[in-house]
Amino acid sequence: MSIYKLGGTPLSDEEFKKIIKEITRPNAKYLMSAGQAYSVFFEGLRRGKIIGTYCERCGMIYVPPKIFCPYCFITLDKWVEVADEGKVVTAVASYYSANMERLKEPQIVGIIKLDVPGRTFTSYRFPGLLHRICGASLDDVISQRIFDARVKARWRPPEERKGDINDIECFEVIKT
Amino acid sequence: MKTNIHVKNRVAIIGAGLTLFRRRLLETPQEMAWIASKKALEQAGMDFKDIDCVISGSAPDAFDGVHMKGEYYSEGAGGFGKLHFRVFVGGGTGVFVPIAGWWMVASGLCKKALIVAEEKMSSAADPHPQAVFRHIWDPLIEKMLGPNLIWIFALEMHRYMHKCGVSKEDIALVSVKNKANALDHPCAQAAAKISVEDVLKSEVLVYPVNRLDISPVSDGAAALVMVSEDVARRYTDNPIWVAGIGFNLDSYSWTNRELAYPLYLKKAADMAYKMAGIENPMKQIDVAEPYDPFDYKELHHMEGLGLAPRCKAAELTKEGVTQRDGDLPINPSGGLLGVGNPIAAAGLMKVAEIFWQLRGEAGRRQVKKPVYTGLAQAWGDLMQVGTVIILRR
Repeated sequence: MSIYKLGGTPLSDEEFKKIIKEITRPNAKYLMSAGQAYSVFFEGLRRGKIIGTYCERCGMIYVPPKIFCPYCFITLDKWVEVADEGKVVTAVASYYSANMERLKEPQIVGIIKLDVPGRTFTSYRFPGLLHRICGASLDDVISQRIFDARVKARWRPPEERKGDINDIECFEVIKT
Repeated sequence: MKTNIHVKNRVAIIGAGLTLFRRRLLETPQEMAWIASKKALEQAGMDFKDIDCVISGSAPDAFDGVHMKGEYYSEGAGGFGKLHFRVFVGGGTGVFVPIAGWWMVASGLCKKALIVAEEKMSSAADPHPQAVFRHIWDPLIEKMLGPNLIWIFALEMHRYMHKCGVSKEDIALVSVKNKANALDHPCAQAAAKISVEDVLKSEVLVYPVNRLDISPVSDGAAALVMVSEDVARRYTDNPIWVAGIGFNLDSYSWTNRELAYPLYLKKAADMAYKMAGIENPMKQIDVAEPYDPFDYKELHHMEGLGLAPRCKAAELTKEGVTQRDGDLPINPSGGLLGVGNPIAAAGLMKVAEIFWQLRGEAGRRQVKKPVYTGLAQAWGDLMQVGTVIILRR
């Protein structure tokens, strides 16, 4: 049999299992430091505040924060608190977990463009977070009513907060 | 060639080869590289000993489970004792490999380059090859929310649908077309005759993405032979020239930017068009293979490439313009949706398809109209990189 002519030998799932020679599970646990910007951001979340950095040159507000402006190439050291409210720019309904296990009820997630009092941003650059959206139905997603809906952070009780992104339980729809 | 840059050598492609694309192949990454390379060399009329540099590409090491997989599989492409390097820009890699090959030959650093891309996704078997993608996000914020890869593409697709007024039915037409085109591809994994209704009725993974909106998980390899003009003239009467290349990267912070339009791809395409002397891509590109891991991406990318006006790619698709016998055939190979998606190899398969189309060697896939200039494109990293190559006969 010429493998060259075949251009490869397809296997079924059963055939594949028969020829497995090695099963490895890399046991690599990463302990990551949060960095200069996120350390402040996470501490803010613990206190129920969303904190970003501000670029004096282009006016961009970074949430999540950066210590540099990648557009202006300057170091940032001005912190600014943004509202824990904003607008949904896109949202979807997921039937699968991170490990591709089927969920019974779809989970709604989206990108939230956060409000900064006295400031407006184009849709090309804005402070925004990926997060779960609650108080919305599957139909709100399918009908696209969810787009531009106003949402507000639902915070976990202070004693349960850990100083990470899950200190916000979800962004709750307050007006579609 | 009208060019804005000085090159030492014009660069031609003179051979291409592919393995089968399948969910699981028996062959190791080295063996797949060997099979694809051998086929490309055979078409070029060359042997491994004729090659003076090997440029390769592959997606994350975590798929194959061999860290340093470039060094591992390159042996199957005759890669030691000569110049070898591996490039990686996520899903954009497949088209970035011949771009890197172009700069090696154009600069005069080598004259006969073997270009190889491979992916062995089946090795990352448990729980699922998708799980490898858990490690592409910002580890401190996004990963803590438990995302899967389909989330982010669904978010982009829905944003595009909302901003452009495009329906799921319109988008499904792309999957129907590409899977049907792939029926004529001898390496295809996911070729099928399906209807829009089949797509809409397939399992919803992350609304608005259904199973048949997505390309499959695949093993496979692809290869090209790229040479300088003087070498090309000795080996063939029918070289295909690299007329332009372009690549561009947007911000990793994908939750802080517009997803409905791929600005980075426009920049990559503009770079390639300038090099190729193309001012009106809609008229001057005869056939194209934009990256289609999801059906909406074909439309999204056509717009970024200027092959359709903004938000109008779905309309062109409905009118049949993008069919093989249409005015602007798009993904005549069957694309990733039909042929399969061994990530880096899938991008390089697109370049091979344009090569065969321009040579008139695409067999039953050959587009109806005469073609002189073609384009292949890939996309990747965190929805942030565009890679473009323009070929001309």
